[in-house]
Amino acid sequence: MQPDLSQKSFAAGLLSPGIDLPEGVVDPDGRPAPKRYAVYRNNVTVSLIEAIVAGYPAVQALVGEAFFRAMARQFVRSHPPCSPLLMDYGAGFAEFIENYAPAHPLPFLPDVARLERAWLDAFHSADAVPLAANRLAGLGEADFARSRFVVHPATRLVASRFAVFDLWRAGRGMRDIADIDPGLAQAALVVRPEVVVDVLGLSQGGASFAARLMAGADPVSAAGDALAAEPEFDLAAALATMLSAGAFADIETLREDKR
Amino acid sequence: MPEKREVPARAGAGLKSEHYRDIFATRPDIGFFEIHAENYMGAGGLPHKALSALRRDYALSVHGVGMSIGAERDLDPVHLGRLKAVVQRYEPGLVSEHLAWSTHDDVFFNDLLPLPYTGAVLRRVTEHVDQVQEALGRPILMENPSTYVAFAQSEMSEVEFIRELQRRSGCGLLLDVNNVHVSAINQNYDAIAYLDAFPLEHVAEIHLGGHATDTDDHGHELLIDAHDRAVADPVWALYEHVIGRLGARPTLIEWDNDIPAWPVLKADVDAAEAILAAARRSSHAA
Repeated sequence: MQPDLSQKSFAAGLLSPGIDLPEGVVDPDGRPAPKRYAVYRNNVTVSLIEAIVAGYPAVQALVGEAFFRAMARQFVRSHPPCSPLLMDYGAGFAEFIENYAPAHPLPFLPDVARLERAWLDAFHSADAVPLAANRLAGLGEADFARSRFVVHPATRLVASRFAVFDLWRAGRGMRDIADIDPGLAQAALVVRPEVVVDVLGLSQGGASFAARLMAGADPVSAAGDALAAEPEFDLAAALATMLSAGAFADIETLREDKR
Repeated sequence: MPEKREVPARAGAGLKSEHYRDIFATRPDIGFFEIHAENYMGAGGLPHKALSALRRDYALSVHGVGMSIGAERDLDPVHLGRLKAVVQRYEPGLVSEHLAWSTHDDVFFNDLLPLPYTGAVLRRVTEHVDQVQEALGRPILMENPSTYVAFAQSEMSEVEFIRELQRRSGCGLLLDVNNVHVSAINQNYDAIAYLDAFPLEHVAEIHLGGHATDTDDHGHELLIDAHDRAVADPVWALYEHVIGRLGARPTLIEWDNDIPAWPVLKADVDAAEAILAAARRSSHAA
């Protein structure tokens, strides 16, 4: 009887093209079958590259297909998935791009990848009914100042030193790329109130406000920080934008301590 | 939660998000939809909303592609829990998985990797099938693989392996006729002889799909189970042979890569339906 060819040795060469054909992998006549084994190697590599291609269309559009596939190939070989849920695959892609030398001339690329990751996560996140704006109508000033918003499970904020919102839109064919200043700091709010993912550009003050609210701050102190970032910041307008986008699931008013 | 609904002995289509719009607009008269279980393991959003709506009007089959039932390692209890959740949520008429492995050392290879057919492997796969069936509380169907290599260590044929796996685990079988054709060409055996030896009485579903063509190191024809085109003529011929022997069975058209416009996929579904209809007529006449 032949010794068992382990799955370890069959797996070893699937993502490492330099590794030789495992012994015992043969054609129907019992001859070593490197080209047949390479079908599996190709299936694995190409299917994982396709998973990355499907999730990061804007990054691909910004760098071109050949550059993107070479980068994705390196990524799948060094960071193969560790779960059969391919919808989660690529969570470390932005960090990989940060360390991928050929992409260094495009320092904004990792943040565009982060925004695409946020889009994917929002697409698959749990359902919740968005908070209706009229829930705030009955709140007095004191209660409002003691409120905190419960973030909708789909909501994500991506803030960047670069023009991440414009670059993402250009990559997805929603705007012209010609007049973008990549060095302009931007933030994007990703929401999915029902089933359609939406991405909104936020001002510096709006981004600071959203970040503080999402971290559990009350709206008045969050607005204070936003005003420091952007003197023209308008609390009512910023809150209305987030509410109509469906960024929240609920609001809780903390009760004053009973004496 | 929908009531469990039997999958009829008609033709169905693999459900692709690219086709949601056409399917909801035209409500095609087909036997069932089949989903890849893993695509519906997210928390919420469009996939679940679309599937819940379709599930009200169509029978459903759930096809797992990530359980790695042939793996040397233990089954992943977390993933088994996810499959159970999908099955409980959608109450499909059929649940199937593959005679293959896809995970080793926590790396998921996203491909259906081949097994040597030995007694030790048979014991392991039987144990894993038992475990899945126990967790789900129902029998599953196991699908014959398409293969590109053989293993020097194999002790039995694929059909002998599958026959014994069925007998020991009590599972049903999913006969992928394209895989039979692909493996028969690749492994130099006769597809009709394979089918004649196959325990057809346990086949509860059939798969049909397209394949690509290549050659091996010695210029031998090598077919690739690509699911990227229409079903090929020799596969239709084998399918008619199987249906002639077996009678009508739920039959799925798989098209997972280079996904065409819905009417193109629907044309292959209709072609399978025509063969099933002819079989139903001749069984009535008999």
